Amino acid sequence: MGDLTGENSGIVIPPNNGAKLAIDEYNAKSPKVKIELKDYDSQGKPEQATSLIATAVGSDKIAALIGPAFSGESKAIGGVLEQSKIPSVSPSATNPGLAKNGWKYWHRVVANDDDQGPGIAEFLVKAKSPKKVFVLSDDQEYSVGLAEAFTKSFTAAGVAVETDKFAKDASDYSSTVAKVKSSNPDIVAFGGYYAQGGRLLKQLRDGGVTATFATGDGSLDAQLITGAGTAAAEGAVIGCPCAITTEGDQKDFATRYKAKFNVDPAIYASEGYDAATAYIKAIEAGNTTSEKINEFLKTADFKGITKQMKFKENGEPDSNAIFVYQVVGGKIKLLGPAAEAKLGS
Amino acid sequence: MLQELQNQFLTSTVGGLVIGSIYALVALGYTMVYGVLRLINFAHSEIFMIGTFASLVTLTAIAPTAPLGGVAMIGVMALIVLISAAVSGGAAMLLELIAYRPLRKKGATRLAALISAIGASLFLQELFGLEVINWLTGKPGRNQQSAPRFVDRDTLFTIGNANVRTDHVLVIVGAVIVMVILDQFVSRTKLGRGIRATAQDPEAAVLMGVSIDNIVRVTFLLGGAMAGVAAAFYVMEIENTDYRVGFVLGIKAFTAAVLGGIGNLRGALMGGIVLGLVENWGAIFLGSQWKDVIAFVILVAVLMFRPTGILGESLQRARA
Amino acid sequence: MKGDGVTAKRNAFHPVDRARDWWADAPQWQRYTVYLAAIVFALILPAPWIGSFMSPESDWTTVLFYPIGTYILLAVGLNIVVGQAGMLDLGFVAFFAIGGYTLAYFGTKHGLTFWATLVMGIVLAAVSGVILGAPTLRLRGDYLAIVTLGFGEIVRITANNTDEIGGARGITNVPHPEPLFGMEFLLDPAPYYYLIVAAIALVIVFSVRLHKSRVGRAWAAIREDEDAAELMGVPTFKFKLLAFAIGAMIGGLAGAIYASKAIFIEPNSFPFILSATILAAVVLGGAGNLPGVILGAFVIAWLPERFRFLAEYRILLFGAVLVLMMALRPEGLLPSRQRKAELHEGTGGMGTLAAEVPGPDSDDTSAEVGSK
Repeated sequence: MGDLTGENSGIVIPPNNGAKLAIDEYNAKSPKVKIELKDYDSQGKPEQATSLIATAVGSDKIAALIGPAFSGESKAIGGVLEQSKIPSVSPSATNPGLAKNGWKYWHRVVANDDDQGPGIAEFLVKAKSPKKVFVLSDDQEYSVGLAEAFTKSFTAAGVAVETDKFAKDASDYSSTVAKVKSSNPDIVAFGGYYAQGGRLLKQLRDGGVTATFATGDGSLDAQLITGAGTAAAEGAVIGCPCAITTEGDQKDFATRYKAKFNVDPAIYASEGYDAATAYIKAIEAGNTTSEKINEFLKTADFKGITKQMKFKENGEPDSNAIFVYQVVGGKIKLLGPAAEAKLGS
Repeated sequence: MLQELQNQFLTSTVGGLVIGSIYALVALGYTMVYGVLRLINFAHSEIFMIGTFASLVTLTAIAPTAPLGGVAMIGVMALIVLISAAVSGGAAMLLELIAYRPLRKKGATRLAALISAIGASLFLQELFGLEVINWLTGKPGRNQQSAPRFVDRDTLFTIGNANVRTDHVLVIVGAVIVMVILDQFVSRTKLGRGIRATAQDPEAAVLMGVSIDNIVRVTFLLGGAMAGVAAAFYVMEIENTDYRVGFVLGIKAFTAAVLGGIGNLRGALMGGIVLGLVENWGAIFLGSQWKDVIAFVILVAVLMFRPTGILGESLQRARA
Repeated sequence: MKGDGVTAKRNAFHPVDRARDWWADAPQWQRYTVYLAAIVFALILPAPWIGSFMSPESDWTTVLFYPIGTYILLAVGLNIVVGQAGMLDLGFVAFFAIGGYTLAYFGTKHGLTFWATLVMGIVLAAVSGVILGAPTLRLRGDYLAIVTLGFGEIVRITANNTDEIGGARGITNVPHPEPLFGMEFLLDPAPYYYLIVAAIALVIVFSVRLHKSRVGRAWAAIREDEDAAELMGVPTFKFKLLAFAIGAMIGGLAGAIYASKAIFIEPNSFPFILSATILAAVVLGGAGNLPGVILGAFVIAWLPERFRFLAEYRILLFGAVLVLMMALRPEGLLPSRQRKAELHEGTGGMGTLAAEVPGPDSDDTSAEVGSK
């Protein structure tokens, strides 16, 4: 479940594809129990998710759910899943509050914004030793959450922080640029998605702001570069609890993904694959009811594509590594885990 | 606080003038249609959106590899303004023909026309998001589309601590030129007189031999063309657009039209500039997230003291 | 009553007209039978066999609550402002939001009961209606439209940027209503559906009573010619403010009920497009005519659900249908007869498109400069 057609579908289609790949591969092995994947397009809206989940649970009798992709819809339907005892594994909902609901059937395979914000901030403090940081965000939930995590960690590290926020549908950021310019920070940290991020970065650079631009997983998309322009995007730092690469461990996955969908794996594609794999493992172990699948998830411990797959009691992934990327030569390049990575420029 | 004001005021003012000019150009379309038909043309924002894509496609076809300068730059600007104005003007006429004329012929209420306008707006947005943009650019229609840069961001001169760039000057000067032309057209030509006469008293205008259908068509054409001009400047300045770009801009522009005095051409100019400036100034103190609230609060405040806007309403007075 | 006089003059040639003539002359017991039938119909509506046709792809009872029931409730409220008093309100969603947020805020932060927060939501919505209305209701027509639109946006943006009420995060774990008549309000949508049916019934009765009272006649007078009404001694400002406040109360009621089921609300649940949609429902159904408005709200809420299989194309189609319907039936599906009759002289307070040569008495209550 997630936004397959709306404005943020760029973040949902890849994990959906990843899950599809995993399940098709499994079904191709002609197992005893076949898995059917059904799409629910909520367009990321909580109201739509509410009526869709009622159908999914009530008449479609789903055994388990991959998703919901966003945090808002997760909040709206988490209770329904809990009551109906349907396990869910989200490949991309990163709101920290979700794990604090005491939901037993809820899981996710990505680290939350409380890990991501500090992870990126600490990395930047180490790499750039900034004196002043300007934290920006648009007014969406994810953006605000990440920006607050940035502000908190930078302040804790003794860095001066100034902030501004703008409406997500605004396109002229002249007042924001004026603020940043007059403050003259070392780093501009942005919480938000790539559509706004691209526009913002372009206008910042045009306005004469040269500070390092850093942002999180919502902006980890090639559209950040097309939106900002190659020159403006150069050197931008992006953190993500996800590892996207076509090399190393993921090479094999990337090849299979490309063969099936004719595109390179994008954000959360491998997380979608891992989420589906968790269910496949459960079913291979002979657990076919929702209850049993959920029991299995509690004890699951296997090597996924992205990381060792293991869930904590509250549904959070055991491993919460943050990976750092940088825009180099118009391409997003993986530098490595935040703990080890070094900035190129 | 004072320090912030000092540091940001001039830079914010330049930014406000630029976006205000764009508001003003879009506001003209609302104001003209309102003056003649007493109709809030809600789909006008989509006419603007269509204009941005006309500009984007033209620019992509020219495909400048590096920012241009001098005559070439002005030439390209003029070209995208003309093409975008033609496309938007045409689209506005088509919109009138399909969504408004049948209602007008039936003597429907303006409320019905408003709903038709909202329907048309949804339809056009989705049509572009689903089909047209993909067909035009070959990229997913819901994505943000980027235009190549052809105007350099060089600082032309500075006022205090504010850098005034080539693109800023281009937008502001361009908007003023276009508005002077429109003003002259409406006050000097026969068609312009027809528009003013119809706005003042449609019955009398008919008796004097004015063809209402013709006047309405020309009004939509002109209003649409102004949105097209605004769209060309927008694409040059922001360099990005998507299928939902019209919505926020449309609401702001309509606010600007009412602020200045709806139905009044010079009011639209005034309203646009005032709105752009006040938004940016307010953001210095309150943060940019309150821009839209500032805009609407100013509107209410102005309307309480001048119930028909800053310059008062009516198209017929818009003459030299 | 004025409506009866109109009926007598009219030839009943259309089935809908005939039904209305019958209704106008029907004795009490027949009317009550119809009321009863309507209530029974509403109660059996969630049945799965109906649902499998009405919304094959999402849960029918959930759909009946939101969007259908909620839209109907909102449309009945907006109809008082737009259809009866003739004021154009483009920011009705603001009151929906205020009702929802009041319930969510006081329910989560102060642990108040559903009924207490419901009443608070209604009162706060009414108060905000008065606060908005007092300075702006002297404005006419389209000025009011843009101001109300602005108000809707102000409420949404303020909610989005105020941390005390959750900001962009919204409010999670909104409490459900307490059990009532042995119905548990948990995750099953059925009790909420009955709750909203009860609210709709209540609001309809209220609205009909008002319509037939002195207040309703004053609204009609204001709608058709505000200046004349003022001259005849109708305190127009007071009545306009009253219409605004009552509409706001109903909006607040709808918001509170919606939030009590939703569990989670956020500022984005209250976008401008919802105001536009509800207005479309009122006009599509036939502004001023209650059965029409309800039908309009039902159609507007239900069509996108029924045509879910069109996936991405349903909003496109929805827009096209709006344009088409307005071209074919500009007065709405079930236009108000009273207003239809008046249409020859007046225009329901909204004026015609001015450039078509107007009738002998070209009134345009709003923003007319030339012909006064």
